[in-house]
Amino acid sequence: MGMDAQQRRWVKPLIVAWTAAICLFLYMPVAAAALASLSQSRYFTFPVAKWSTVWWGKTFDSIQIRELIETSITIAMLVTAISVVLAFFGALAFARYRWRGRSLYQRLVLLPIFFPQSVLGLALLLWFSALGLTLSWQTAVFAHLVWIVPVATLVIAIQVYSFDPALEEAAADLGASRWQVLKEVTLPVLWPGIFSGALFSFLLSWGNFPLSLFTTGADSTVPEYLYAKMIAGYTPGVPVLGTVSTLGAAVLLLGGYGLITVIRRARGT
Amino acid sequence: MVAAAERSAQPAAATPARPRSSLGFRYSLPVLLLLAVGFIAPLVAVIAFSFVEPRSFDLWSEPTLANYRTIFEQTYYRSFLWSLAFAALTVVVLAVICYPVAYGLARVFGRWSNLVTLLFVLPLFISENVRLYGWVLFLIKGGVLLGGVKALTGIELTSILFTPPMIVFGMVYVYLPFMLFPMTLGLSMVPREVTEAAFDLGASRAQVFREVELPLAMPGIIIGALLTFVLGVGAIVEAKVLGGQSVIPITHDIEIAFTYAQNWPLGAALSVLLMLVVGVLVLIVLKRFDLDRILGRR
Repeated sequence: MGMDAQQRRWVKPLIVAWTAAICLFLYMPVAAAALASLSQSRYFTFPVAKWSTVWWGKTFDSIQIRELIETSITIAMLVTAISVVLAFFGALAFARYRWRGRSLYQRLVLLPIFFPQSVLGLALLLWFSALGLTLSWQTAVFAHLVWIVPVATLVIAIQVYSFDPALEEAAADLGASRWQVLKEVTLPVLWPGIFSGALFSFLLSWGNFPLSLFTTGADSTVPEYLYAKMIAGYTPGVPVLGTVSTLGAAVLLLGGYGLITVIRRARGT
Repeated sequence: MVAAAERSAQPAAATPARPRSSLGFRYSLPVLLLLAVGFIAPLVAVIAFSFVEPRSFDLWSEPTLANYRTIFEQTYYRSFLWSLAFAALTVVVLAVICYPVAYGLARVFGRWSNLVTLLFVLPLFISENVRLYGWVLFLIKGGVLLGGVKALTGIELTSILFTPPMIVFGMVYVYLPFMLFPMTLGLSMVPREVTEAAFDLGASRAQVFREVELPLAMPGIIIGALLTFVLGVGAIVEAKVLGGQSVIPITHDIEIAFTYAQNWPLGAALSVLLMLVVGVLVLIVLKRFDLDRILGRR
């Protein structure tokens, strides 16, 4: 025991310092982009000669950029709505029930996650064109679903694993129909998992680039537009839009997580 | 192990098996349908396309091996090797970088670990090209780092941007959470009492790490490694944004075949080879794990 305590005395501060350094590393480029968005000159130089919010104004006034944001949000909202429903039942099949073929199903659900996304995007492009479909933001919704439904299924499944099946059985014994059990027992108990699944779905769709690149056709999402501008045609509008998309994700994530915490406390769990 | 087996046996024992089993299957149907139409069918389409005449867009022509012949006759193996090497290097670097953080999340941070987790999750939701472009702004000549150094000391340094090591740097940066979280899951599966017992028996820190923590946390570490490797092989933006096209990874070759070259069958054949490498690896690893035990730790 003495040995252990001694070991930990120097291990702990080192781990804290290392973690802080990695965190700094993660957010460094985000901070650099935020700095660049506040520079007045068209080309970024550091130290910033003249600060200004002129590019923020220009970006928000642009109709093209408003359309991009609208497309991205529409795709993300549809993806969220559909994937939560599919993933809810998918997670019950994944973790709650023992059935033949379940282990095969579990591995099949994991496969799209363990798959290079750019290749998946191309495969979907080929498939859509073989079917004669015209690419648009609607085909991108489908492409996002192929990757995001498995992720949401996993997120909800983790909650399902800690779910006590006796609750459902008690309700059934008291005469509740299967639909009532689902609505009154299963859904409320699994709510935090479902909410995290929804949050993940929205944010992953909002930030996705490799799938959108090959499946949106003539439409464009925010990450696609940014990519095109990075390769050719930089303006400080690029870091502005990047920072806006970062802030949006941060607000949603922190807000969503705060909401879960508040509700959990109120429920006393 | 025994405890886990008992637990997983519990629900089956508590409920009559037959009606439950059909319910599980029925609940899985929507997801199965989506994956059949959106995952399996496209992969079949890619495989079919790889046997079509070069530069053709017609799926219903005489099958040919011409595309595969082209690949083996030309220097595509170089792009394959670059991609595999970059991905492998990324996995090794990430394993070393993430271990202390994962250990902290599982053992040290206590009630702070939720907040720390949140800080590491957030970048996942920011498009990777936004974050990579942030590095360009940070590292470019006259950017935050070099501009800052020059303003402070007057020394002008050359930028490390657009070199092959930057591609690995970008991949390490983008895929860090994918290594960190499975690793944390793995480490939190190591029972505290076992490490304590090892220390009590006089084991050194290094011995505990080697003989206790590492083997018990291995499932999580391997899943993290597999995930980062697969994502790394499929990486496409890192080489373009940070690598400045100094090296061409296989995903570029595929993209070029599909876009500028308009040679879909060639791109499909390259994708098939990439899918083979990745698929075999994933299936071998996933087969060995009890997913219920890893995900459902209670």
